[in-house]
Amino acid sequence: MMARPATIPIARADARSGAFEYVTTKKDELIGWARKFSLFPYPFVTACCAMEFMAVSSSPYDTDRFGAALPRFSPRQADLLMVVGTVTHKQAPILRKVYEQMCEPKWVMAFGVCATSGGFYQNYAAVQGIDRVIPVDVYIPGCPPRPEMVIDGIMQLQQKIATASHPILTERF
Amino acid sequence: MTQGTLDTLRERFSADGLPAEIALGTLVVHVAAPAMHAFAAKLKSESGFDMLLDVTAIDWPGRDPRFDVVWHFYSTHEHVRVRVKTAVTEGSPVVPSLTKLYGSAAFMERECHDMYGIAFDGNDDLRPILLYEGFVGHPLRKDYPKDREQPLVPYRTP
Repeated sequence: MMARPATIPIARADARSGAFEYVTTKKDELIGWARKFSLFPYPFVTACCAMEFMAVSSSPYDTDRFGAALPRFSPRQADLLMVVGTVTHKQAPILRKVYEQMCEPKWVMAFGVCATSGGFYQNYAAVQGIDRVIPVDVYIPGCPPRPEMVIDGIMQLQQKIATASHPILTERF
Repeated sequence: MTQGTLDTLRERFSADGLPAEIALGTLVVHVAAPAMHAFAAKLKSESGFDMLLDVTAIDWPGRDPRFDVVWHFYSTHEHVRVRVKTAVTEGSPVVPSLTKLYGSAAFMERECHDMYGIAFDGNDDLRPILLYEGFVGHPLRKDYPKDREQPLVPYRTP
């Protein structure tokens, strides 16, 4: 588990001093703050973890408190791909396509032990962890994970977003 | 009543020269592969087994013939089940298709073809149903390593 700093660092440790760097880090901080509270999840729900996803997204656990409440059922409108459940090899091309349809910036959450590592499906049919197909930002183990674990995962992802660099213009826009 | 029905059926099948016994409360009949379609037609029309519940197979590694193809029929009038087994060899795992008699056979025969490589003569649509195009082998055969993956998406390089 990642140790959380008490406050959000203004500058990255490797940042040089200077007015431009100061403005850039302030910009990163501002954009990170905005993005971490407006996660639009796309639930890629394939299996029984869906029940746990419903439990965590509705009251009393309520992911709305973290700004991650409104599921978008089009990957083009979402920036958080929540892979909830077992992904089989037959399903993997679909998952890959959904991921590629999402606009930058995008993050991926592996929800539950099957999405994380294949779980107890150590066989020919299941992908042994979705990170073999798409990059993953946060893993939540558990079969199924407790709602507290999911909320912790969302908070760690928010921490990651808040402390990340947010280039407004990239070579890919 | 059920037991009486099963005994009557068993005697009827035995009179036709088919080995039949009652195992764990279910009537089991052994039929040769070429006679299967005619037997199922008779089962449906004369004995009232109007529902096909399951088509599956059993792999007996080391035994010759290697596979048993297993059908389960149910009679909605008598409320009894009958299990029909046919032994087929590894070299020619072919049994007649029952799709002309029971519509439910189509998907189950496809699944059995996926998992065991049993060919159903008369079923023209044996495309993969649970597996995918390009999958090599039959995963429920005992000689298929259970963790041999055949990914459709190339894995990311770490």
